[in-house]
Amino acid sequence: MEGTGFGEAQFRRIPEAPPWQPRLTYLIAWRNLVHDRVRFAVTLTGIAFSTLLMGIQLGMLLNFLHTTSILVDHAGADLWITAHGIRTVDLATPLEERRRFQALKVDGVATAEPYLLGFGFWKRTDGVRETVIMIGINPEATMGKPWDLLSGANPRDLLLSPDGVVVDRLYAEKLSVDSVGQLFEINDHRVRVAGFTSGIRTFTQSPYVFTSLRHARAMAFAQEADPLTYILVRVADGYSPDTVAKELSAHLPGADVLTAEEFSQRSRNYWLFSTGAGITVISGAVLALFVGVVIAAQTLYASTMDRLPEYATIRAMGGPRRYLYAIVIKQALIGGFLGYLVGISITLVLVYLGRDSSASPEMTWWLALAIGIVIELMCAAASLVSLGKVTAIDPVKVFR
Amino acid sequence: MTEPVIAASGITHTFGSGTTAFTALHSVDAEIRRGELLLLMGPSGSGKTTLLHILGCLLHPTEGEVLLHGQSIEDLSEDELGRLRLKHFGFVFQAYNLFPMLTATENVLVAFDLARSDIEAGRARARELLTLVGLEKRLDAYPGELSSGQKQRVAIARALAAGPEILMADEPTAALDSENGLKAMELFRMLAHEFGRAVAVVTHDPRIVHLADRIVRLEDGRIVPPPGATAGDKP
Repeated sequence: MEGTGFGEAQFRRIPEAPPWQPRLTYLIAWRNLVHDRVRFAVTLTGIAFSTLLMGIQLGMLLNFLHTTSILVDHAGADLWITAHGIRTVDLATPLEERRRFQALKVDGVATAEPYLLGFGFWKRTDGVRETVIMIGINPEATMGKPWDLLSGANPRDLLLSPDGVVVDRLYAEKLSVDSVGQLFEINDHRVRVAGFTSGIRTFTQSPYVFTSLRHARAMAFAQEADPLTYILVRVADGYSPDTVAKELSAHLPGADVLTAEEFSQRSRNYWLFSTGAGITVISGAVLALFVGVVIAAQTLYASTMDRLPEYATIRAMGGPRRYLYAIVIKQALIGGFLGYLVGISITLVLVYLGRDSSASPEMTWWLALAIGIVIELMCAAASLVSLGKVTAIDPVKVFR
Repeated sequence: MTEPVIAASGITHTFGSGTTAFTALHSVDAEIRRGELLLLMGPSGSGKTTLLHILGCLLHPTEGEVLLHGQSIEDLSEDELGRLRLKHFGFVFQAYNLFPMLTATENVLVAFDLARSDIEAGRARARELLTLVGLEKRLDAYPGELSSGQKQRVAIARALAAGPEILMADEPTAALDSENGLKAMELFRMLAHEFGRAVAVVTHDPRIVHLADRIVRLEDGRIVPPPGATAGDKP
């Protein structure tokens, strides 16, 4: 070809792409996304905001799930004997002491220990009274003791100390506690801070105060001589907790016998579903998801509308619709992933900063992963409107 | 005379229906042959672009038959027509329709990707084609950084990327000055004559008439004889 440089070589077909080779749709999707900086920023902000809201809401939900049943989950008991109809561990009603002796006679019961839980009024140094949940156990108890004690203290020693109580560091300020040895009052009875736990949160925001059973009974507003609210049972080796629970139920009419798992679940269900707390948190997460869908869908749709002439060109050239779908969906997924990275990073920072507060959201790797998957699904769903527009492209319009 | 690559006979095409129906083409016969530069000319609304759509397998006619290499395309689905276009056709659009966020090379590369060609080999070929149309210094420029003539050359390189046997261009000189318009048309003529491509160009531009091997003139959806032709001459 004189003067032009053209030859047959330029018309020869080039080899097919190997199946593993990424398509150009990734590049087009990425460039579509970042081409309009303002729209890109809006997309990222919307998705990040959605991720953040979901992260915080679901993190709070996770926190609620843990805190509402924290006493049951850490008690180490196989079975809990409660007054009939108890709906959550924090709202206990009295149980007769004789139930414990009856339980000990049942085949398969290795240990049955008393556990007293009741509300009390903690008098701060400034005279203000705070509601607390007192937990009384025998210092020699093998179940229901405080855990995660600071400085590696022995719970038995702390509970045996005169008027000794154990509170959590998270609530030290709320209870105006500065150090071990400080004196306070619960229900006008003297208490001495014997030690601290770390990270025992309470859903009701009334801090747990561990003390000896004797001391707790003295402070409790109870009419019975030796009040208790629960009996913690450990089953003997070789016995199934479910079988022993049935046996105990038969021997203890008027009381409920629950496995630890059942009681834990019941406590969670009560706060999350009976009180509306869970619904509120879940609605917040759903709302966040909805906001994310709307923002992602709007920006993606606007971007698709801008690109319609080029998409029509691809169709006119003979490109299949799935090529255009790939561009739109990849654009949505890339945007979703980047927005998610921003959002989850902010969430993790907030979770870290709030780790010492009494109501901090929790974040686990599986929750972060689940939110990421939901965000990507959300973005894929947000692309549906745009896909509809792409489906309707008439390649003939490219000539107009 | 070579066999027609694409031939249309008895083509009638109506847009809409009922009282709003508009017939753009009335019993038109047309064909494009290998090694020929065909101009489709006529005033606005004469039906030339509709004929280009039909010859380019973008549109099924309301009536009539279109044969590609002697095979009817009547029963082909939209996806099958798309595959035909990908394999046999290259298009140059009036507004170029380049992706604004892709470089000149990447715009050409899109055609290779659609054909599922190897990306690296495609990139090398895209650069080669752009160099041949005189854009060797603008390989990484974005459309927004190119002049109209340069954009059109990118569009031509893209149309040639998959090695099509039929090249179709819609008003390729409309946005170009005389010199660039002529250069573009000379390139089309060369592709027809030297490489045996069938080239069809829709145009209003009288400056390029002398380069055509054949001209089909349309008025009101009908083929009319060229000025000075006598009855019985085939358009």
